[in-house]
Amino acid sequence: MTSVLLERAPWETAPALPRLLGTGRKLAEHREAYGGLPLRTFAGEEGRARLIQEVTQAGLRGRGGAGFPTGRKLASVAAGKKTPVVLANGCESEPASRKDKTLLTHAPHLVLDGAVLAAHAVGAEKVIICVERGGSLPERLERELAQRKGDPVKWQIARIPRRYVSSEESALVHFVNSGDGRPIAVPPRPYERGVDGRPTLVDNVETLGHIALIARYGPDWFRELGTQTDPGSTLVTIGGAVAQPNVYEIVPGMRIGEVLDAAGGATEPLGAVLVGGYFGTWVPMPEGWSMPLSHDRTGPGGVTLGAGAIFALPADACGLAETARITRYLAEESAEQCGPCMFGLPAIADDLRSVAFGRCGPATRQRLMRRIEMVSGRGACRHPDGATRFATSALTAFAEDLETHLNGWTCSGVSRDPMLPLPKARDRGWR
Amino acid sequence: MSDEPPRLQVNPIACVAHGVCRELLPERITMDEWGYPIVDGSPLPADLVAHARRAVAACPTLALRVDGKLARRR
Ligand SMILES: Cc1cc2nc3c(=O)[nH]c(=O)nc-3n(C[C@H](O)[C@H](O)[C@H](O)COP(=O)(O)O)c2cc1C
Ligand code: SF4
Ligand code: SF4
Repeated sequence: MTSVLLERAPWETAPALPRLLGTGRKLAEHREAYGGLPLRTFAGEEGRARLIQEVTQAGLRGRGGAGFPTGRKLASVAAGKKTPVVLANGCESEPASRKDKTLLTHAPHLVLDGAVLAAHAVGAEKVIICVERGGSLPERLERELAQRKGDPVKWQIARIPRRYVSSEESALVHFVNSGDGRPIAVPPRPYERGVDGRPTLVDNVETLGHIALIARYGPDWFRELGTQTDPGSTLVTIGGAVAQPNVYEIVPGMRIGEVLDAAGGATEPLGAVLVGGYFGTWVPMPEGWSMPLSHDRTGPGGVTLGAGAIFALPADACGLAETARITRYLAEESAEQCGPCMFGLPAIADDLRSVAFGRCGPATRQRLMRRIEMVSGRGACRHPDGATRFATSALTAFAEDLETHLNGWTCSGVSRDPMLPLPKARDRGWR
Repeated sequence: MSDEPPRLQVNPIACVAHGVCRELLPERITMDEWGYPIVDGSPLPADLVAHARRAVAACPTLALRVDGKLARRR
């Protein structure tokens, strides 16, 4: 027991905010700041179980969008019969998000430590790091991996097609198994049967970074920040009309206004804030200023941080035009395997476009609402659900603008340059 | 497989909108405007189970299932 206590770093040495982005691109700097991998603390069968228990007690929720309890997922994967595999999801296909790429650039070894610890917890021997192909990130990760000696896992890097849905977990499994980056029908879900038919832990890279810290400093330390049901700190990408758009580490429970202040505050009067990226929810401003943000759904629209992309839209921009443009993008990113997604999303994008550009009447709105309801929940993956959540929230948040548009007027905002970001590089195929 | 009540499910990737299933089970299947089935997935009452199984057997792409598990294809 004494050695266990000695190997665990004392609380005082644990980083205050920022917990994740603090120190060390290089392995030596990282080891200096956080110490070695605490594998001896969790040795043997008992140790593995205790690690899972600590992650569960910490209350860590997945940072890839759905906010699923990480401890529960670890336990399910560990309970499988075959030796599991770990997939670290660092694709970050969400165009409004940069937090995973930032984390992998500024603290790669924290993520890699977390992946080793997660593999240890579930009994996996192999970790596959999934990142979008292109750019310098895959090569930089190769170089960092080469620095690490003595990790008890086999490393692999998978270069994933730059498509919105190729980073969905069943699509990652499909790509690794067969080179096809489209989602597949579940069940069985990856945690039951994934890579090579093995139980597969798919965790977002930020989630893994938190695991690396929980294993070192313990669940009580983790819970010193955040809310009861969503403890810890979390990375967000704040964009749009704020003074310093960037990635920030915030604390769940912070209000929308406080989060924007972390990025230097709004630079002009805001009409709305998009919370949770392109599967997220528009929150009208200034009414939304005091809404608390976390991975728990809040308010009538069910607002959550999702994967942490937050975008401030100025009052004189057109939220409907922005939503129409992004919905078109999401429709183009459908894997075109499921009818409701393949035909429904383009139809919804067309309707939104008519609404935004003033060529429609109340019948278009009726049809749009009917189509949104018809499509959601009917894909093999949650792509249509995310896209329709986003579209629905626009109809609520911009209800007044909608009336104006339906009367044949467009607002002046449609002439403003589009603001929400689209990816610079997109792949066309799926291989 | 389990003692849960049987439910009808469609694998949306396998379904190619033949519509045969709707003919056989209009009680549980309607069509959307693009010809794809909207399947009511609530528990099947005993008197519908046989009809549901017939629809499952008739689907040319084996996209329908009556138990909890969907076939993994592709
Ligand atoms: C269309 C779609 C795209 C997704 N893209 C990502 C992504 O880029 N990165 C990510 O971590 N999770 C993404 N997810 C969620 C993953 O399927 C999965 O839930 C997540 O990686 C699990 O990690 P977590 O439990 O740590 O959040 C996506 C989901 C969907 C439906
Ligand atoms: S719902 Fe859309 S994105 Fe998901 S598998 Fe089906 S066609 Fe592909
Ligand atoms: S019969 Fe099969 S392929 Fe045809 S609509 Fe029904 S489920 Fe789809």
